[in-house]
Amino acid sequence: MTDIIPFARLMQGNEAIAEGALAAGARFFAGYPITPSTEIAEILAKKLPLVGGKFIQMEDELSSMAAVIGASLTGSKSMTATSGPGFSLKQENLGFAVLTEVPCVVVNVQRFGASTGIPTATAQGDIMQARWGTHGDHPMIALCPSSVQESFTLTIQAFNLSERFRTPVILLSEEITGHSRERVILPDPSKIEIINRKKPAAGIEKYLPYKPDADGIPPMANFGEGYRYHVTGLTHDQSGSPTTDAEKASFLTNRLHDKIMDHLDEITMTESFMTEDADVIVIAYGAVARAAKGAVRKARDMGIKAGLFRPITIWPFPAKETASMCAQAGSIIVPELNLGQLIGEVEKVAGKENRIIGINRVTGGMIRPDEILDAIKSEVRVKKHAK
Amino acid sequence: MQNSVEKYLRMDKLPHIWCPGCGNGIVLGAMVRAFTKINCNQNNTVIVSGIGCSSRAAGYMDFDTLHTTHGRALAFATGIKLAKPELKVFVIMGDGDAASIGGNHLIHAARRNIDLTAIIFNNHIYGMTGGQYSPLTPLDSMATTAPYNTIERNFDLAELAKAAGATYVARSTTYHATMLTNLIVAGATHKGFSLIEAVTACPVSYGRRNKMGSGYDMMIWQKEHAVPVQKARNLTPKEMQGKFAVGELYKAEAPEYTEVYDLLIKKAQGIPKEG
Ligand SMILES: Cc1ncc(C[n+]2csc(CCOP(=O)(O)OP(=O)(O)O)c2C)c(N)n1
Ligand code: SF4
Ligand SMILES: [Mg+2]
Repeated sequence: MTDIIPFARLMQGNEAIAEGALAAGARFFAGYPITPSTEIAEILAKKLPLVGGKFIQMEDELSSMAAVIGASLTGSKSMTATSGPGFSLKQENLGFAVLTEVPCVVVNVQRFGASTGIPTATAQGDIMQARWGTHGDHPMIALCPSSVQESFTLTIQAFNLSERFRTPVILLSEEITGHSRERVILPDPSKIEIINRKKPAAGIEKYLPYKPDADGIPPMANFGEGYRYHVTGLTHDQSGSPTTDAEKASFLTNRLHDKIMDHLDEITMTESFMTEDADVIVIAYGAVARAAKGAVRKARDMGIKAGLFRPITIWPFPAKETASMCAQAGSIIVPELNLGQLIGEVEKVAGKENRIIGINRVTGGMIRPDEILDAIKSEVRVKKHAK
Repeated sequence: MQNSVEKYLRMDKLPHIWCPGCGNGIVLGAMVRAFTKINCNQNNTVIVSGIGCSSRAAGYMDFDTLHTTHGRALAFATGIKLAKPELKVFVIMGDGDAASIGGNHLIHAARRNIDLTAIIFNNHIYGMTGGQYSPLTPLDSMATTAPYNTIERNFDLAELAKAAGATYVARSTTYHATMLTNLIVAGATHKGFSLIEAVTACPVSYGRRNKMGSGYDMMIWQKEHAVPVQKARNLTPKEMQGKFAVGELYKAEAPEYTEVYDLLIKKAQGIPKEG
């Protein structure tokens, strides 16, 4: 047995991800060391064998992603963890998992910069890589934790969504959250909701691995259960056989997209803080949202009607919810630890009358609450002038 | 009555996509014959392949089959085998697939001595993309990307696998199809990482450009250039120049990865060793 988990524990963000994975039922991890994600691999190397699970350090990130998919095909809940340079290498087989509909979780603890950058500094530079890093049209689910507590709960959510929708799910953490230590409340394991992949109905004559149910998601048989089906990264028909048929190609591409977009109510998670009457709304995600919340509180103390809207699910982008924020407030402030990535999604849904202001930091450090507060205050001044 | 090899084929997916004269069908034939010999259980056997003409073979076989990305087949197979060691796993790769883009995965799978049976369809060329040189294209051959002939030396895949830690290494050709079947049987029953190189003809993307004639002529070439390993051991490097050994090239015993992992689990859990 593993150690008895106390109710509350001081934990590092990366440790919370590893514990979340175990709590979600993960039994396979393949990875390649990279700062600032390595602790996840180290902890799982120790803990997986204790629950009869498997850990392997592969020769690189390409093979880690491949091994995770192979393991998941046998029925093991599987995960890998990496950071920017490794995330680039995962992209090839991440796309394979999307097209072949193999559930798995990919953690990216973001670090600073293009290329090798600053391995030990924080950033939010992989927002677009998470969405469009692998080639071709494809859906993607990505979740952004703001705290150590959320690193735990969202890892469980990531597994649940991946099993429910037969798709890889990206957990997009950041160096600062991954390496922070905070108190985490661990729920009673029996109270944690666990979702498992839908299995083919018993006694079916001929299993069609890619024939969707009404919800757009095909039931999934595991390798070794006697179904003997074909899985390929080539565009395929419902039997799994390669096809170049125009109609079938279009059907598959659209179905993969729709199975996610038709279930946004199950996927989209957001937090709204004091937005109901807000004139200025900060839209922030991940660690930056914590600084933003501090700024909003201070603004409220000063009598400014400010609010915070936090996408927790960043892909698919919560467009409808963001649009209603834009309809509520004239000014929208989007602080990000990049040169402006998610702000483009906000601009897509904003009205003509909205003022969208980015605060962008690319120093490897955080955005401070007072910087966001200054931006809120100057928006109030702009409004006064306008009147 | 069903032919015993047909049981292992997805007859509804045939005919295959390969060109007339292509040797891939002979290698596929050797594989299914090997399956009948070992009385292979289709329900707990997985066939994994990479990308290339040869890797399409997986789709014609009636098992759980996984057609992966170019070069990565062994990495996918490693995940399958480690997660569920009771599965028997065969891995099909082309020469470019295994030795170029997947070269790193090949040496590491061999080093781990994980129980996978790798079958390399060596046609000395990138067949599927129309005849570019691979790391197994013989020196001074013509390829679309070597219009002045190749200047890169080629790997000896068997030597590479052996040096990396494979515990069963063999080579045969489509001309020596019965030997190929027998070597696949031996590789499949060997515990640990086994590699069987099957020299096969690609008349369309390799033979034609190198004036080797038809698929038939290329099999005659195989017959004339293959030397049984026992005989090859008594020949000098000079006498072996341009020739290659066929048969069981190397066999050794070493701990198998997933079995060692099971011991690791017991150790981690504090379960004392038996005996
Ligand atoms: C990442 C990637 N790079 C390149 C290709 C294009 N490609 C497809 S098959 C192939 C070479 C196949 O040669 P080989 O592995 O020898 O197999 P063969 O077709 O000869 O059986 C290449 C380069 C690809 N599919 N994926
Ligand atoms: S290109 Fe060569 S290897 Fe590919 S099917 Fe044709 S003959 Fe066979
Ligand atoms: Mg080839």
